[in-house]
Amino acid sequence: MPTDPLFQPVASEARSPRTVSLSFNDQPLMVPAGSTVAAALLMSGINRFRATPVSEAPRAPYCMMGVCFDCLVTVDGVPNRQSCLVEVAAGMRILAQEGARDLLLQPANIAPGEVQP
Amino acid sequence: MSQDVHGATPAGVIVIGAGLVGSAVAYGLARAGVDTVVLDQGDNAFRASRGNFGLVWVQGKGYDLPDYARWTRSSATRWPALAEALLADSGIDVQCKQPGGFHMCFSDDELLERQARLHRLQNALGDYPFQMLDAAELKTRLPLIGPAVVGASYSPQDGHVNPLKLLRALHASAQAQGARLHGGVQVDRIDCAPGEFCVSAGPRRFVAPRIVLAAGLGNPGLARQVGLQAPVAPNRGQVLISERVRPFLAYPTINVRQTDEGTVQLGDSMEEVDFDDGTTTPVLAAIARRAVATFPLLQGVGLVRAWAALRVMSPDGYPIYQQSNAHPGAFVVTCHSGVTLAAAHALRIAPWILGGAQPDELGVFTGERFLPDKVFSHAH
Ligand SMILES: Cc1cc2nc3c(=O)[nH]c(=O)nc-3n(C[C@H](O)[C@H](O)[C@H](O)COP(=O)(O)OP(=O)(O)OC[C@H]3O[C@@H](n4cnc5c(N)ncnc54)[C@H](O)[C@@H]3O)c2cc1C
Ligand code: FES
Repeated sequence: MPTDPLFQPVASEARSPRTVSLSFNDQPLMVPAGSTVAAALLMSGINRFRATPVSEAPRAPYCMMGVCFDCLVTVDGVPNRQSCLVEVAAGMRILAQEGARDLLLQPANIAPGEVQP
Repeated sequence: MSQDVHGATPAGVIVIGAGLVGSAVAYGLARAGVDTVVLDQGDNAFRASRGNFGLVWVQGKGYDLPDYARWTRSSATRWPALAEALLADSGIDVQCKQPGGFHMCFSDDELLERQARLHRLQNALGDYPFQMLDAAELKTRLPLIGPAVVGASYSPQDGHVNPLKLLRALHASAQAQGARLHGGVQVDRIDCAPGEFCVSAGPRRFVAPRIVLAAGLGNPGLARQVGLQAPVAPNRGQVLISERVRPFLAYPTINVRQTDEGTVQLGDSMEEVDFDDGTTTPVLAAIARRAVATFPLLQGVGLVRAWAALRVMSPDGYPIYQQSNAHPGAFVVTCHSGVTLAAAHALRIAPWILGGAQPDELGVFTGERFLPDKVFSHAH
């Protein structure tokens, strides 16, 4: 089954002169400022965002509007964030969400307030 | 199925209500080979079976009514057989796990009260295994426990299941055994004739020599029509659901449990708010605070859902099981622990409905105990 994104960037966004640099799984990417993490990653050709918790099947964004939870990634150390609801920021460090989050491995420096946007 | 000349659908037994209670009874009836019709109102009804916590819980129950403790235990011990039968009939694994469960206490008074309650049960029932654990002992059993927990009771009798899979498995298994399940059928009238009950739902009619009222909060009005008492009322419980996380908790506890798929369920409140199944922020916040006090590593966990559902509660909190004296063949079956009691409902209530002896424990659970002219007492 093809997994090429069906999304096309709107022309004004694609031509946006402003970009930010971030990384996905330590791969540096330049993406349009103002876009969501999900859109930015899809635009960069990434089609495996996470592995499901139970069967570890690959997944990518589906609804792009905060409903399906298929777009989960770890953003700056915070696991299971819905990438379609998070705006890109310069220097963001994004990791694929590999299965269920492990509560035993939570970084001590994350305040609870940051975890639930 | 055939319709008789009057346009009514005949059956061996009609069960009203396809929640956990009605479905478990119907499954037992269908397994016994009886032509069983199940009628369920649908998504506009209040349905505890779709919003509960999933515990198969024994410890502490029935401390002032030992027959309830016995009845509860008789279900918990039959749960593995029920789970196996459901898997065979439906292919659905309801994830019944009974590793024992913990009830956390947050003050010394709470811990003493807990101990007294379990001792009383042990004295009444004899073989009633439990342990009281202080903070240090608890920490060796559950290393992730928080410092606010002063101790806990543990009983090897307790367990949990996936309650949504349970409901689906009961529906599928009952149907696999031949039961006919009709959704969107709200029963509004029951006419009693000797040896025959005629059930009307709008223009549709169903007839059978036996009828089981398992309509949850719909029971009071239906019971009156067949000479029974079922004065149940709603009691609200709110629940929080987390994102899926790697397994960290191998045991169910009274307020936090982790499902087979990694979800953490945080429960639950008990509120008298009539027919209101909305959620409220202060109650959900208290549930979250208690869960974090129990297991501090939950502090940063993401919450993905919150809901409330209405328990089906009798005035004394105990079940109502009774056959009508005025109209034999009509039974009411209703309780507030339909997950725990599912095995007893399928394996012990169904044979009684079909004419077998009433299970010994059930004598104290008649609806008549709530009649105003009766002196209220537990006969035991
Ligand atoms: C928050 C919460 C947590 C809980 N936790 C646990 C737990 O951990 N362990 C446990 O054992 N129990 C628990 N319970 C209790 C358990 O969920 C209930 O005991 C059980 O679901 C009751 O099942 P029921 O079939 O009687 O009721 P319901 O699920 O309410 O089903 C009644 C059915 O009857 C139908 N109906 C009503 N009126 C009519 C009518 N006139 N005609 C046709 N159909 C009708 C409705 O459509 C409905 O489907 C909990 C409950 C809540 C709310
Ligand atoms: S793509 Fe559906 S929630 Fe993000």
